[in-house]
Amino acid sequence: MNSRYAAWAVGLAALIALPFVYREPYHLHILVLMLIWSFAYTSWSIMGRFGLVSLGHGGFMGVGAYVTALLWNHLDITPWIGIPLSMVAAGLLALVVAYPCFRFRITGHYFVLVTLALSGIVLQVITATRDYTGGSLGYTPNRAPSGQGLLALQFDDKTTWYLIALGVWVVGLLIWRWVDRSMSRYAMEAISEDEDAAAAAGVNVTAEKLKITLISALMTALAGALYCQYQMFISPDTVSGIAVSLQMVFAVIVGGLYVSLGPTIGAIITILLAEGLRIGFGTKAVGWDNLVYGVLLVVFIIFLPKGILGSVLDKLKAQPKKPKTT
Amino acid sequence: MLTVDGLVKRFGGFTAVNNVSFRVEQGEILGLIGPNGSGKSTIFNMLSGTLIPTAGSILFNGTEIAGKAPHRIINGGIGRTFQIPRPFHRLTIFENVALAGYYGQGSHSRARADEAAERALAMVGLPTNRHAGVDGLGAAGLKKLELAKALATGPKLLLADESLGGLDEHEMDQAADMLRKIRDELGITIIWVEHIMGVLMRVVDRVMVLDHGEKISEGLPSAVASDPRVIEVYLGTDADSSQAAAAEARRRAGV
Repeated sequence: MNSRYAAWAVGLAALIALPFVYREPYHLHILVLMLIWSFAYTSWSIMGRFGLVSLGHGGFMGVGAYVTALLWNHLDITPWIGIPLSMVAAGLLALVVAYPCFRFRITGHYFVLVTLALSGIVLQVITATRDYTGGSLGYTPNRAPSGQGLLALQFDDKTTWYLIALGVWVVGLLIWRWVDRSMSRYAMEAISEDEDAAAAAGVNVTAEKLKITLISALMTALAGALYCQYQMFISPDTVSGIAVSLQMVFAVIVGGLYVSLGPTIGAIITILLAEGLRIGFGTKAVGWDNLVYGVLLVVFIIFLPKGILGSVLDKLKAQPKKPKTT
Repeated sequence: MLTVDGLVKRFGGFTAVNNVSFRVEQGEILGLIGPNGSGKSTIFNMLSGTLIPTAGSILFNGTEIAGKAPHRIINGGIGRTFQIPRPFHRLTIFENVALAGYYGQGSHSRARADEAAERALAMVGLPTNRHAGVDGLGAAGLKKLELAKALATGPKLLLADESLGGLDEHEMDQAADMLRKIRDELGITIIWVEHIMGVLMRVVDRVMVLDHGEKISEGLPSAVASDPRVIEVYLGTDADSSQAAAAEARRRAGV
């Protein structure tokens, strides 16, 4: 167990040290994107691993990004306050959608459909209020005057962003781990198998599901806001809508739904795939990544349901035990 | 301890439970019997909050619990098992029971949950090691797990649903003895729903018989076993066989 902590510490130290020795901006940019999306995917997996498959997370991400940017541009509210407010907004949205679902036992496919509608609605609202949000053309937070970068949470320096993204990513993993070790995990596993039996064990089914949904939605909104602050440009297609939601499902399932680093592996793969296609085929390949996601998703669900990391870890766990038993 | 008055449950036009009233006294074991579809499980589901009664009142220690959410009722001191065991396969045996200990007692303390799990597992005779999985358990083991989960919630009243279905005769006797032990040692009041009359009659203090959602008989096992209406429901009206069956029931009940 101690060697495991040591490995984490060494890995983390190496990740922190990286931008100080390696400064290639494009690669750092890719790493920042990977970290932010890893955090978003981790947020999704916090509820997704318990069978609460949400296609509404694009919506939460969109709320996080757009509320933060709109508050800054229109009301001069610094992202330091705007981000928490955007998270509150996403949390309220999550409660409004999820409470009736959980209270009236909308589960499985039906829950997926409700959340799918949520993604669509957020996308429509962003597009329809184009006078404020720029609609499908996208939206850019106003540049802060020089010297006020910290207040505006705008940094030109990639290293700063890398460190911020790294910190948030680590917090995401810690939350994942905290949930994994909490009694809530038992309760959620039980609920995902049999809600009546879980209730007979004394579990407040609705409250437990709401709790986990809320954590997930808040984290996803934070991911959206960070993405907005980092890219300084958001559009409905990149931070909200069904495509983003599907991308989350895909990445998490490919990486591994039941292991803490699974969503991170998923983010690395999806971003490498998108960038590879972009560099290899240029504008011809726009949208190809979604096609590849779709095909791979089916393949993974059938042949590797635990994802890449989950399956590898299973193999590693199975092997050392063998000599002992024989 | 439990006073049920005028309990009714309708599903659309079908009346599953029709105006059933009964009382359960502190420390007794009440048997609840009746043919398939007579409303036994429906009554259990209303007592434990899984179903909301159409009408009637359920007073548990003086508090109205009809229509309350299941987790509130469980936290209030009622524990239940399901007719068909419903273990959580993704958790270990210990985790299954610890979950009930954590949420069912309302204390949300991990130490208390583990303690309750250990006690409950020891009580029903399942291993208390932390890593054994549910999938290794047979029919009897799953019934024990079901019971351990209910016990871990710290009930004052235990609703045991058809604990003996699918067991052989030896296992049945063991399970019946277990219920008596739970009452004697833990002081838990029990309502026991069961198809198999013989074993039940040996253990319970009183029996209540349901048919088509209505209470048709209630009383001491010996009296109920020779009640002609009960004999009719259970065995049809053929006089010879019903008398033979009544004699058998009386013999089983130890009268």
